[in-house]
Amino acid sequence: MFDVYMTFFKIGLFGFGGGYAILPLIEEEIVAKSRWLTNSELLDIIAISQITPGPIAVNGATFVGYRLQGVLGSAFATLGVVSASFLIVLVVSDFVIKNRELPWLEVIFSSLRPIVVGLIVSAAVSVGKTAIIDIKSMLIWLGGLGLLLNTRIHPILAIVLGGVVGVVLY
Amino acid sequence: MNLLKLFIVFFKIGSFTFGGGFAMIPLIKREVVDKQKWVGEKEFFDVISITQSLPGAVAINTSVFLGYKIRGVSGAAFSAVGVTLPSFLCILMIAAFFASIKKLKLVSAVFSGVNPIVVALITTAGIQVAKTIRWDVVNIAIFLLTILFVSILDIHPIIAIITLSMFSIVLKFLRKHYKKKGKQ
Repeated sequence: MFDVYMTFFKIGLFGFGGGYAILPLIEEEIVAKSRWLTNSELLDIIAISQITPGPIAVNGATFVGYRLQGVLGSAFATLGVVSASFLIVLVVSDFVIKNRELPWLEVIFSSLRPIVVGLIVSAAVSVGKTAIIDIKSMLIWLGGLGLLLNTRIHPILAIVLGGVVGVVLY
Repeated sequence: MNLLKLFIVFFKIGSFTFGGGFAMIPLIKREVVDKQKWVGEKEFFDVISITQSLPGAVAINTSVFLGYKIRGVSGAAFSAVGVTLPSFLCILMIAAFFASIKKLKLVSAVFSGVNPIVVALITTAGIQVAKTIRWDVVNIAIFLLTILFVSILDIHPIIAIITLSMFSIVLKFLRKHYKKKGKQ
């Protein structure tokens, strides 16, 4: 049980970039080193992650933990992934909130912004490659974008609408 | 404000976070900035800038940061559990009944419609953050370089963040320096 916790703590600790950037690390730890899952099981988890909410690291941790030790195992694995980020973010946020006025902190923030936009565009491109595959999905994307940018539609409503339109069209 | 409220808001956010952390930015912004007014818009985007530069999932990092800012350590704990729990419960259910879900045609149809919306949410997040930036030459260059690094050259995001933020700071410093010189 402790092994499960520690392995996922490590994945949380070194999993920079989140999302799909974390996959090679999960593969290394869970498939190659611990042999807790086979490669095709990992692919199943990735497929499942696409249809369930939440970060892929949490999805993977819950699934692997359940496979190994049932519900308790999944709780430990998920806790492992979350506690690493929890500790790091707590320390950083405490520092940032207390030193909000430091000029160099402001410089760092303002230089991170365009990078964040670049990363978001890259994420949109990479998700878009698998999500926008035909005219119908292209229209759903444009329709969603139009609604989100021009109306005060709640993002959750947009997601639900997308699901309904998906059932009607596909 | 009570911890239960914090938990519920982040549970809601966690329930609808598909396709990675960036897709969730418009949703968190709506709940935390527009509706609850727990933080201001500029501060929110600062938080996003930091939390995506740290290890771990952006969704969890952002919830911990905002939870801590709003209600200290216990706030951070409640929002982290709130954002994680929906994903945990879903996977637990799927892991228990795994064989059947893959065959569901309906599920795949639903997600053929949801996935383009996820891309629209990510695009919206990009536009929301872009609006808060003064687009001078340096910022435009750094923005384009980020896309080049990550999308085309396939460089790891964290390496792109570190090198490009240092590059950007140096450029801004130099520009300031030369402007001063020009005035003298």
